[in-house]
Amino acid sequence: MITQTDVKMLEETAHLAQVRGRSLWEDARVRFFRNKAAVAGLFVLIAICAFALFGGLFAKFEPDYVDFSLMGANAYQGVPSLSSGHYFGTDIDGRDLFARTVQGTSISLLVGIVGSLVAVVVGTLYGATAGYVGGRTDGIMMRIVDILMSIPFMFVLILMLVIFGRSILMLFIGIGLISWLNMARIARGQTLTIKNKEFVEAAIATGVSPFTIILRHIIPNLLGIVIVYATLLVPEMIIFESFISYLGLGVQEPNTSLGALINAGASQMTNGTLWMLFYPLGFFLITLFAFFFVGDGLRDALDPKDR
Amino acid sequence: MSEPILSVRDLSVTFDVRPQNAWPWTPSLKLQAVSGLSIDLQPGETLGLVGESGSGKSTLARAIIGTVPVSGGDILYKGQSLMAMGRQERRKHRRDVQMVFQDPLASLNPRMTVGDIIAEPLVTHEPDTPRKDVKSRVGELMERVGLLPNLINRYPHEFSGGQCQRIGIARALILKPKLMICDEPVSALDVSVQAQVVNLLTELQKDMGLSMIFIAHDLSVVKHISDRIVVMYLGRPMEIGPSKAVCRAPTHPYTQALIASVPIPDPKAERARVRPILEGDLPSPLAPPSGCVFRTRCPKVQAVCAGDRPVMDTSGPDQMAACPFHD
Ligand SMILES: Nc1ncnc2c1ncn2[C@@H]1O[C@H](COP(=O)(O)OP(=O)(O)OP(=O)(O)O)[C@@H](O)[C@H]1O
Ligand code: SF4
Ligand SMILES: [Mg+2]
Repeated sequence: MITQTDVKMLEETAHLAQVRGRSLWEDARVRFFRNKAAVAGLFVLIAICAFALFGGLFAKFEPDYVDFSLMGANAYQGVPSLSSGHYFGTDIDGRDLFARTVQGTSISLLVGIVGSLVAVVVGTLYGATAGYVGGRTDGIMMRIVDILMSIPFMFVLILMLVIFGRSILMLFIGIGLISWLNMARIARGQTLTIKNKEFVEAAIATGVSPFTIILRHIIPNLLGIVIVYATLLVPEMIIFESFISYLGLGVQEPNTSLGALINAGASQMTNGTLWMLFYPLGFFLITLFAFFFVGDGLRDALDPKDR
Repeated sequence: MSEPILSVRDLSVTFDVRPQNAWPWTPSLKLQAVSGLSIDLQPGETLGLVGESGSGKSTLARAIIGTVPVSGGDILYKGQSLMAMGRQERRKHRRDVQMVFQDPLASLNPRMTVGDIIAEPLVTHEPDTPRKDVKSRVGELMERVGLLPNLINRYPHEFSGGQCQRIGIARALILKPKLMICDEPVSALDVSVQAQVVNLLTELQKDMGLSMIFIAHDLSVVKHISDRIVVMYLGRPMEIGPSKAVCRAPTHPYTQALIASVPIPDPKAERARVRPILEGDLPSPLAPPSGCVFRTRCPKVQAVCAGDRPVMDTSGPDQMAACPFHD
């Protein structure tokens, strides 16, 4: 039996205990971890990052160490084997493919993450400012984006790499230049919708300053979509870099990236050294899929519209 | 009569609307959302503002709180023109006028806790208040509007519509404003909750001696709580008068039609009743009818109605109607 006093006591304890609310971020986290594919993707991604960071410790050879005895004979002697220490075999120059795959993976990840970071910082600020200020400023800022977007960037980047020489820095500059454009558009579109929400109007009406409104009301509501898009941008940038490297214009020897390794492997396809293609290609595909799964999971978890 | 706390003088608000699929150089259309509206609000008074959807009620409210640009006329707060105020002065003034919004959930930032939302005006205007005081004031106010103070760390999406509106009310009241504008505060809520929220508002208004503008799209909500009522149609005032008079003896044909369109709870009486039903649709606000804007739907329309725009004319004690043929 529940007596009156019990009821009263229950009410009082309810009164005393401060209930902690669950923010939308926490909700999103719960939703994300319920999504099996996304969680699997996340684990794979962590594994790949660990591989890129610490894989070098397990390699028996330096990535640029050339084993002259294997040079040109890698089809017979450079076969992947645990006993020789060349876990993934060797490439045409007798270099250890395991060490080179580790290096390629880390450079590809770096390219993807740098491109995506530039997009987040530059794109979000640019887009949110254009959207919030509106009017003519918005018009001019977005026309600039349109013009930059209409330039065939692959072509310009190839030209730049040819003129200024092939270097990682050039590649980063090139990727940084294009990656933020789409992000700026997305951030602006979002800002326009958020700006017209009643809670922003309420803030304006009470006299909150525009800068505080952007920081307190616009950016937190924009962040979900920015995170999703940034995650999906990483694989896009990796593909972009791979394509450039596949053309032989990307990362320079002795450095390498997954795209460059795939290129080397593909050119040796007829020589019976298929491992040269399959190991880098495997890492490439697994990385991309992991990012896509995580990105999709984040979208389902963060974007309220698709729920 | 004392000095009005708010007087709106011949206010008009015009929006530029881009025609669809137009060339960039075609001029934008002018939408007169509010036009030629004058009202005075006495301290402690509740003014009901009634009109169909799209009649410019929210726009008028926005003009008063200063979130849409005013294109003509003036708004005086305690005799001081808001239009003439500088930026800083205007920002300071904003603490005296607060608004409760039409959509309870949309008016709360989904990423902020209830406590932060309610405290925002306080933190904005009194940034030096110690955190402890802010929290205790928020707690007190939450209790006052009927929310458990232990919900302070919750987020808006964890509340029902009625509770969200209570949060909105608490936010509007934390700075102890002089004037509160409630823009259809209950039309998005369940009928059972509507009465609770309306009662809460009237109670708070009495306790704190607030002046209030209460917006609704039909008379039934406002008639009990307002001292005077303004009826709007297509951005123009149709009738202004004491609440009782407007509801019992409406003088403007539009108000009469509005009152007649409220269903009577008894089905027999409802069927037996003859009533001048509002026919036709609301004309486009982009191309309002010439003369009296109501003439396309008015049961008493005459040839002269298309001529000059009718002016406000005394139609009873303290009552005015914008129609030369008022009762
Ligand atoms: N920012 C804007 N730009 C262009 N037109 C607008 C804007 N805001 C409102 N309008 C137009 O002004 C007119 C009046 O709108 P308002 O929101 O004031 O009506 P309302 O009486 O509040 O209606 P409701 O009962 O639906 O809230 C409408 O025709 C609307 O389309
Ligand atoms: S002025 Fe004419 S059209 Fe307008 S309300 Fe009066 S009678 Fe009707
Ligand atoms: Mg409205």
